[in-house]
Amino acid sequence: MTASANPLYRLVAALVLSVIVIVLDQRTPWAEPVRHVLAYLTAPIHYVAHLPVDSGQWLTEQAQSRSSLMEENQRLQRQSLILEQKVQRLAVLEAENVRLRELLNSSADLDANVLVAEIIGVDPDPNRQELVINKGTGSDVFRGQAVLDAQGLIGQVVDAGPLSSRVLLLTDASHAMSVQVNRNGVRAVLAGNGQTGLRLLYVPDTADIEEGDLLVSTGLGQRYPRGYPVGTVTSVRHQSGAPYADITALPTARIDRASHVLLVQPTQTPASPLTRGDADAR
Amino acid sequence: MRGDRPSGTGVIIVSLLIAALLEVVPLPEALNWVRPEWMLLVLVYWVLALPRRIGVLWGFGVGLYHDVLVGTTLGQWGLAFALGAYVMLAAYKRMRVFTSIQQCAVVFLLVGTVSLLAYMVQESVGRTLYPPYTILYASFTSALFWRPVCAVLRWVQLRFLVR
Repeated sequence: MTASANPLYRLVAALVLSVIVIVLDQRTPWAEPVRHVLAYLTAPIHYVAHLPVDSGQWLTEQAQSRSSLMEENQRLQRQSLILEQKVQRLAVLEAENVRLRELLNSSADLDANVLVAEIIGVDPDPNRQELVINKGTGSDVFRGQAVLDAQGLIGQVVDAGPLSSRVLLLTDASHAMSVQVNRNGVRAVLAGNGQTGLRLLYVPDTADIEEGDLLVSTGLGQRYPRGYPVGTVTSVRHQSGAPYADITALPTARIDRASHVLLVQPTQTPASPLTRGDADAR
Repeated sequence: MRGDRPSGTGVIIVSLLIAALLEVVPLPEALNWVRPEWMLLVLVYWVLALPRRIGVLWGFGVGLYHDVLVGTTLGQWGLAFALGAYVMLAAYKRMRVFTSIQQCAVVFLLVGTVSLLAYMVQESVGRTLYPPYTILYASFTSALFWRPVCAVLRWVQLRFLVR
């Protein structure tokens, strides 16, 4: 066979092709189609790898007794009652907020819907903090979409395949976003530390940030919606001689324990104060 | 050889897909450090067993698949696997007469080299956090798993008449 006679040519061809693909993937969107097609073949692997977890959950559900289910049902009903009561007040507050913003001539907040997805995989590479979820472009997931759980932001979609997507976590070392302190509005850049924590970058020593402060997203950068909880400050250390304070935080989202996540689907038009007014009157 | 018509491509692909499954199956965090490079082991086996059929281009293709599977830069593992397949193609005659220990040593060096190449690409796009010597853990376990993988695939090859 001639093919096996000169594998060196093939090696050179493969290496050149690899370098081209690497550069295209890093610098341009042109490698996306290749990734998209291959993702049809990789998504089933993730689904199958998640099967034991799924069937384990199913078994636990099947084995639960009637009384424990009833108990859980009652607990959830109570919880839902409390949440509904909170939402009632929220609608009024939101409408009021929109009216006040109107008075100030500033634009209204965007309204957002959410899509629920299940986590089906975790990145095996310790260098990267990523998740695989079971929704893809088929469910209108797009690159850059914000992902949260019930407690706060988790990260953003970095690669939307046809049947599954990859989510870059806040805690990844290559991730950074703009946040502000909920208490006083001080803004800072929040970056991941590559493990389970976060740190605030380039905060002057005199900034008013204390332990326990809640950090919320600012919406600057147009990636994350405004006003979602992101993290809680866990330690503030002032070192004499260092130009910046050393501040660490933990994500409010329970990233390592969540099994389902929410994808924020921004509506194209800002919610008009009129419809909010209607909701208020209802 | 009698019938030299190639057969069993499906079996090769299935074995690679099972290796892909083992690469992403959830493990405790600490074990991620020592997760063997299953796809590379399986690829190396088939290169050694069928050097006329499975070579550099298979390595490249399997590598691209691996890239999409684990979400690295497209071409990162493609590059590394192509080189790994080439090295094995150049050394397959020697590998076949090596003792188990010698084979494991070669696999250790090969997985280390291939992973280092992938690490360099990952480093260049800024997605590494830990120093490069950390890839040695996975290379070591890959070498440990080489003989079992070999035995299983040998049985598969004979059972399903892959040639």
